[in-house]
Amino acid sequence: MIHFVVHDEGDSVGVVVVEGIKTGETLEGWIMDQDKTIHAIAKNDIPIGHKLAIKQLASGDTVIKYGVDIGKCVAPIAIGEHLHVHNVKTKRW
Amino acid sequence: MTAISKDTTFLGYRRENGRVGVRNHVIILPVDDLSNAACEAVANNIKGAMAIPHPYGRLQFGADLDLHFRTLIGTGSNPNVAAVIVIGIEPQWTGKIVEGIRKTGKPVEGFWIERNGDHKTIMNASRQAKDYVQWASEIQRVPCKLDELWVSTKCGESDTTSGCGANPTVGDAFDKLYPLGATLVFGETTELTGGEHLVAARCRNDEVRKKFQFVFDRYQKIIDVNKTSDLSDSQPTKGNIEGGLTTIEEKALGNIQKIGKKCIVDGVLDKGEEPTHPGLWFMDSSSAAAEMVTLCAAAGYVVHFFPTGQGNVIGNPILPVIKICANPRTVKEMPEHMDVDTSGLLRREINMSDAGDKLLECMLRTANGRLTAAEALGHREFVLTRLYESA
Repeated sequence: MIHFVVHDEGDSVGVVVVEGIKTGETLEGWIMDQDKTIHAIAKNDIPIGHKLAIKQLASGDTVIKYGVDIGKCVAPIAIGEHLHVHNVKTKRW
Repeated sequence: MTAISKDTTFLGYRRENGRVGVRNHVIILPVDDLSNAACEAVANNIKGAMAIPHPYGRLQFGADLDLHFRTLIGTGSNPNVAAVIVIGIEPQWTGKIVEGIRKTGKPVEGFWIERNGDHKTIMNASRQAKDYVQWASEIQRVPCKLDELWVSTKCGESDTTSGCGANPTVGDAFDKLYPLGATLVFGETTELTGGEHLVAARCRNDEVRKKFQFVFDRYQKIIDVNKTSDLSDSQPTKGNIEGGLTTIEEKALGNIQKIGKKCIVDGVLDKGEEPTHPGLWFMDSSSAAAEMVTLCAAAGYVVHFFPTGQGNVIGNPILPVIKICANPRTVKEMPEHMDVDTSGLLRREINMSDAGDKLLECMLRTANGRLTAAEALGHREFVLTRLYESA
């Protein structure tokens, strides 16, 4: 069963596509562009549609999704951790 | 095997100017806010006529007034409209809109309220509307090819499933419609922020690219002048953030999935401007759903693809809006609003080409006359874009 999808294997994030993901669950991810499977352990409860990090990120690092820059980390983010507005900000405006 | 080919036909209404529509509306169009009541009274009197009320049309000037006229004339000229009654407070601006619509050759008549009052205006306009409705009811649909179909797209209440599922479904459908000679459009100038370089790279040539970049940069300047912080209270929207979208860049990259992987951006349109040839056009436009869809209708588009994640419920009075959703929670909680469910994509049950075909099949059924969810639910959001304050 797929719990999260990743657009491109170079991405730093995956998108949770099922409801009710809880801390500690082992998640299966599908990398769509390369059609590969990966795994990660959820470090938080993550709502459907929200993202988890699939790479270790430091504060100031660029977050990659679709193979493109989507913003910068404002806190360190571990693999499997919920990645959203509390730890990532836009580089625009 | 895809859902469409060069031999695919749909049953449309061929209008006096040769354009093809998929609906047969008789509309009662107010020039200004003051005329809404009379328009609604006429539509109440005459079954099958539809009033399209709006709050503007007084003391506008310059480019803002030009856009007002262009939007109203474009709406009346749209081939989904069989005939038009225009009602204004006074004869001159009313006449300007009537003359603009008349260029299409379709039946149109103007009425004004000063020196007549609402009662006499409503009576005269109702007589004319009754004739139009009965005349329009005898127009028959005829087989038409896809190179005569104009399809617009804009997404709303997006979330991360929009970028992985609903938007690339539209992209796949656009990639299949484009080589068949369809006339396509996307827009949302602000919501390309973070992906503008990808759109620029898809432009047909340097001339188109320059025009696109000019429009994009112009909007960024408006933000720089008017923003109070970093726009993060508005873009992404609260609904977007709830749905998991974190930054404008992420939203933009999801947004851009709607133009597929193969289509070329052939030209740039001003707001509500009619395209001059087939292909994919970029329209400078607001990212607010009802404003953008209203501008697409004014530009002459007859079917709209609207992917959503969290569940935007928008419709339009004359342009059928097809909702596409890949969020399994939204399709479960708001099924009455969705026309095409592509949530199977995220469970790996269907591939992107299957999803695109599912949308194209719905498009053909819609073009043949099937009402969309938004039409059946009575969603008729008609929202005029304003450029600046009134005189």
